[in-house]
Amino acid sequence: MNESSGPAMIEMRGVTVAAMRDDSLAVVEGVNWLVLPGQFWVVGGQQHSGKSDLLMLAGGLMTPAGGDCRLFGCETASLGEGQLAERLRAGFVFQGGRLFDRMTVTENIALPLRYHQNLNSAETALAVGRMLELLELAPHADVTPANLSANWRSRVALARALTLRPELLLLDNPFSGLAIRHRQWLLRFLDQLWRGHPWLDGRPMTVVVTTDDLRPWQSPDRHFALLHEKTFVPLGPGQDLASHRHPALAELMAEVLDNNH
Amino acid sequence: MRHAPLPKSYSDFLGRKLFLFLLTVQGLGAFALITLGVILRKYKVAGNLIHPRMRQEISRSGVALLPMFLFVALALGFLIVGQAVTTLAKVGASSYLGSTMVIVVVRELGPLLAAMLVLARVGTANVIELGTARALGEIEALEALGIDPVHYLIMPRVIGMALGIFSLTIYLIIGALSSGYLFAFLQGAPMTPGDYFQQIAQALNWLDFVLLALKTLAFGFFIAIVTCYHGLAQPLRLEDVSRVTVRAVSQGVIVCVAIDALFILLYLVS
Repeated sequence: MNESSGPAMIEMRGVTVAAMRDDSLAVVEGVNWLVLPGQFWVVGGQQHSGKSDLLMLAGGLMTPAGGDCRLFGCETASLGEGQLAERLRAGFVFQGGRLFDRMTVTENIALPLRYHQNLNSAETALAVGRMLELLELAPHADVTPANLSANWRSRVALARALTLRPELLLLDNPFSGLAIRHRQWLLRFLDQLWRGHPWLDGRPMTVVVTTDDLRPWQSPDRHFALLHEKTFVPLGPGQDLASHRHPALAELMAEVLDNNH
Repeated sequence: MRHAPLPKSYSDFLGRKLFLFLLTVQGLGAFALITLGVILRKYKVAGNLIHPRMRQEISRSGVALLPMFLFVALALGFLIVGQAVTTLAKVGASSYLGSTMVIVVVRELGPLLAAMLVLARVGTANVIELGTARALGEIEALEALGIDPVHYLIMPRVIGMALGIFSLTIYLIIGALSSGYLFAFLQGAPMTPGDYFQQIAQALNWLDFVLLALKTLAFGFFIAIVTCYHGLAQPLRLEDVSRVTVRAVSQGVIVCVAIDALFILLYLVS
């Protein structure tokens, strides 16, 4: 276990999560959630259960419709330019990547570096080269994302989120549209990041993922939670998911089994 | 005598339109102030990334439109300026040539035509690009990376468009006046090029240059604000982009005419 005691990275108390597209619509209510340094959280839920909205709120990209939500101790409702350093401690990988299709893969990955560190082209190429190798993206460096499959687009999005070496990584349904081989690679890679990747000088990274497919994530070291009927249900750490009796969990597992057949 | 009240539906319609108009003015005003604040505070931030984007936008709103402006300048010269020169010469009013050309071409037609052409060519592209980026969630992606979308996407467009319209107006005016003389010369107007340009130069004063610069910069700033506002400031779906583009162009035209009217007042007062 990597967990260390320390101030919570994400802290939600009585939070109401509104829908991104319609802030008058509450999708999850009464969320109480603490993400501590070194934890690996997996939040499961059916489609349209509010997983993406919850994660965007956790990452400071939305404000809560009610309650108190903090990212690295800062209220997300007041996250402004003054708290930019806090925001950059969290990396966010959107479902589908949300890459900039007018830029090449290299330019996508380099963008945060060029903006925040004002690097010129030569300095950027050096910094991005390592990332391209790490994520096996070097052969696609000069391609635009529109010409890549979902598998590689997801890696580019991951590389872009990791460029600034965040302490907390939030991934929204990262397995969506991925082939088995790429799922396995991603699981291994996230596990390495969580345990302390050499690229991060061995510093463990805190990871939060949302998913509609819980089974691949089963591990005694991870923390699980469910979104069901507008409520956030923590399942606790290190549990064997099969032993839980929550009806939503049974539905998710059954769906996975159906999909596999 | 008592008038019958307007039908309720009609008054509702007017009220709704007025309310929407005020909301739009408020939104545009707030967006303009935010953008101005970002330009003043962050001009030098991330210069290695933002300044090349600015040059790119200046090229898109200026250099890339030069061939089209050359064509429009020739057309304007042949169709309007040339005929005006010939007619003034025929009725013996050549002494009014300079002041007529300055009022028609330098103060009014040149800047307004340049603004309309840039609105049509680049303004529409702004709305479509930003609207699509918004609908595809790229704006949230920028925010997740800690990148200010106004700084990264809007500031280069505003500066590029303001400088682009300023430069293109100068080219348009020079091109229209030159081709106008050529047309008049071909029609046998009794005037040497020296006389023609001397008259125009004498009719110009320092205020014309100052107000021309201010007017074209204002056109560029506000066209960029209106088009970027509609593309960026509200949540959009892909199917909304075409509707929003039409609305942005209509409002862009109204804003340009309003600015033009304001400058006419300034000319009259000065």
